[in-house]
Amino acid sequence: MNFFLEVLIGGLLSGVMYALVALGFVMIYKASGVFNFAQGAMVYLAALSVVGCMEKGAPLWLAIILAFAIMTVFGIATEKFVLRKLVNQPPIALFMATIGLAFFIEGVAPMIFGSEPRALELGIVDEPIPWILDNWNMVISKFDLVAAGVAAVLVATLALFFQYTRIGRALRAVADDHQAALSIGIPLQHIWAIVWGVAGFVALVAGMMWGARNGVQFALTFTALKALPVLILGGFTSVPGAIVGGLIIGASEKLAEIYIPPVMQDLFGGNFGGIEGWFPYVLALLFLLVRPEGLFGEKHIDRV
Amino acid sequence: MLYREAGQFKTTYAADQQLFPIRQDRIGVITLLLVAFFAVPLLASEYWFSAILIPFLIFALAALGLNILTGYAGQLSLGSAAFMAVGAYAAYNFQLRIEGIPILVSFALAGLTAAGVGILFGLPTLRIKGFYLAVATLAAQFFIVWCLTKFPWLSNNSSSGVISTQQLIFFGHELKTPVEKYLLVLSIVVVMALAAKNMVRSTTGRAWMAVRDMDVAASVIGIKLMPTKLLAFAVSSFYCGVAGAMYAFCYLGSVEPDGFSLEMSFKILFMIIIGGVGSIMGSFLGAAFILLLPIFLDIALPFFADLFGLPFSSATVSHIQITVFGALIMFFLIVEPHGLARLWQIAKEKLRLWPFPH
Amino acid sequence: MSKKIGDVILDLQNISLRFGGVKALTDISFNVRQHEIRAIIGPNGAGKSSMLNVINGVYHPQEGKIFWHGQERKRMEPHMAAQQNIARTFQNIALFKGMSVLDNIMTGRITKMKANFIEHALWFGRAKNEELEHRKKVEEVIDFLEIQHIRKTPVGRLPYGLQKRVELGRALAAEPSMLLLDEPMAGMNVEEKQDMCRFILDVNDQFGTTIVLIEHDMGVVMDISDRVVVLDYGKKIGDGVPEEVKNNEDVIKAYLGAGH
Repeated sequence: MNFFLEVLIGGLLSGVMYALVALGFVMIYKASGVFNFAQGAMVYLAALSVVGCMEKGAPLWLAIILAFAIMTVFGIATEKFVLRKLVNQPPIALFMATIGLAFFIEGVAPMIFGSEPRALELGIVDEPIPWILDNWNMVISKFDLVAAGVAAVLVATLALFFQYTRIGRALRAVADDHQAALSIGIPLQHIWAIVWGVAGFVALVAGMMWGARNGVQFALTFTALKALPVLILGGFTSVPGAIVGGLIIGASEKLAEIYIPPVMQDLFGGNFGGIEGWFPYVLALLFLLVRPEGLFGEKHIDRV
Repeated sequence: MLYREAGQFKTTYAADQQLFPIRQDRIGVITLLLVAFFAVPLLASEYWFSAILIPFLIFALAALGLNILTGYAGQLSLGSAAFMAVGAYAAYNFQLRIEGIPILVSFALAGLTAAGVGILFGLPTLRIKGFYLAVATLAAQFFIVWCLTKFPWLSNNSSSGVISTQQLIFFGHELKTPVEKYLLVLSIVVVMALAAKNMVRSTTGRAWMAVRDMDVAASVIGIKLMPTKLLAFAVSSFYCGVAGAMYAFCYLGSVEPDGFSLEMSFKILFMIIIGGVGSIMGSFLGAAFILLLPIFLDIALPFFADLFGLPFSSATVSHIQITVFGALIMFFLIVEPHGLARLWQIAKEKLRLWPFPH
Repeated sequence: MSKKIGDVILDLQNISLRFGGVKALTDISFNVRQHEIRAIIGPNGAGKSSMLNVINGVYHPQEGKIFWHGQERKRMEPHMAAQQNIARTFQNIALFKGMSVLDNIMTGRITKMKANFIEHALWFGRAKNEELEHRKKVEEVIDFLEIQHIRKTPVGRLPYGLQKRVELGRALAAEPSMLLLDEPMAGMNVEEKQDMCRFILDVNDQFGTTIVLIEHDMGVVMDISDRVVVLDYGKKIGDGVPEEVKNNEDVIKAYLGAGH
């Protein structure tokens, strides 16, 4: 039983990490309707910026500020040079443009900051919490708990931002209807720059967490792919959805990884490892068939 | 001035519906085919066959398959490489387990197997579209590759799923040399491209494009959505499956599941974006472009690096390649969303007047 | 010249349609006779388009019965309506923007094409003959609507009025026994409207097609329709020949406001 709890909690916590990345997607999609495939690459870029600056001698706090600056500039440039030019094309074209953007970042970032895997020291160690280990015999990482805490703070901040600030309201208006927002005087392009800035900030937080846990390496870009099932479960436009989706995906992935292979191997023989490579996607696919808009998403009605 | 349709009047609908209604086009295509079948085998070197022409034809076929699904029927797919993998492994298994089966039959059966798998993963389109469908195809991509690695029976119990393909015996004669393989691949691709062109300009193609452009309206005029979409998945997967079988048998000789990765699916997607979605010719142009670009960069970049005295490593080359791909995708989507095929059409329009300015 | 108006071919009884909490149609009953031109009019948001959508199976009413040629229709799907020879046009043009005019109108013939994809791929026999045969029919429609000069143009590039005409062409290509037109003259200038009127009357006259038509232009409605149904807030407030309906007090109130 304790082992089950350990796997479950470990899964939930890793799900929080996925949710961090998914939050960036939700930001951009909510505000501009663009599905930003490059979010994972942005996480990579952010993490690389931090370690890159630290390698040049900057202390952690300065590296974070510089990285944030880099992400903001990047966001503004993307909006100006890529997205603005694609405004009247169908969403699929914008999606494919973000795929191109992802590749672009994945090529440029390592050229600037180097491509060898590096560690990102945040001062929190990835080791089991002693008193849990002693009392319940479960391995629960201190780092994962801190990450969960960070995510909670981030989500709360974003939720407050969207609900109570003027800019937050403007963002919600833009997400609902571009034309209407324009007609009441909301400066669309500024808004999008802000959105990408916020998404960049979220990517920075995610990048630091992931980088500290797994090291800053190219594999970080694949976190974007893992976030897709999270978004499907949670709905593309919901901040709490990203968290809930992340938790579900994280937990089910870990549980599937541990508990399904032995059963299947007894039945079918062979080696069933590596199930976590596709399990979240198939889960998301099955979910799509039942509830296409996700747990918290908005139902899409086609008007004829 | 040379390329003018003036004087070429069509007096029957049949004449208007020809594959290449303009006489200059017909001459051009026939010349191209003659060159491809007769001149190239005599003139090209072995390197050209093995490293450039054969993979070009194979990927052009896969791009054609993806274009049918994504370009004509509007169903975005990120799993084309997985269907190639199905084709490769299916062909291998048919050759292995059925004594004396002709290679073309193996390829055809491999295509059908891939088509079956394609239909299976196309079933979700009943309820989902757009990005969601893309995620479903990602599920297919990861799941299929995992299956091929984990079920030893599929790779004849080899470790990690690597298979080495059998010999290509064509009517009793073994195809060993690159020229022979090239001619086999060329013939198959030409026939399948012709079939594809026929399909897309017929009712089948119109039904696909209707579903792509506005599926509610398509349904209202009598197009049944599910069968139309599933047919697109089936045909597209068939093409990718045959391409995959040829990839294993006529190009690499030995493949493993991880070789058909998400990266390859993206590459094929890039081929149709750059080449032109919804265009048969675009699939060929895009495949050529994507395949030749790395070769071009391999040669050009060290040259420029020397010119400017910049340090250079092979890692940098691959980084630059990825950067250039990404930049090109964004560039094409912004500047010419219909890709090289449209640029080619514009060039032909200009040719009508050339050398006169207007 | 008097037209022979036939029996009732479409009978709608007590149709109610809801979207969540919004009642689009409440207890609507009316019928359509063969060969007539039946207009559905009413202020914006009255439920006219929803009514058309119910007739051809895009929306499914929660209550009520539909009788087509005397037979009760269970659940109808759009493509089944097409097979039963009901064609329609849409308020916001529903053409296939990626295809040419010719291809768009050819899609209208799709329920009559029997060849399968393999025959298309090989382009022989039945596939080839069908294509030519249906091309001939489509060219007749193109002739009728006087759009020969734009047959190869991608519809996305055409001006609004011509797009509407192409959409009518696509519906006509199906040789329907009943044609549902959703504001076919919206956004047109006087000349275009006259052309469209002429086409509609010709279709009704030459081919005997029954026409159900939503239109805002009162002049047109009064001129060309045989009978009129008036909707307001999802309810029927008038039903009869144009003269009757024009003088109906409820109708006047609905359009001009209660003060008149």
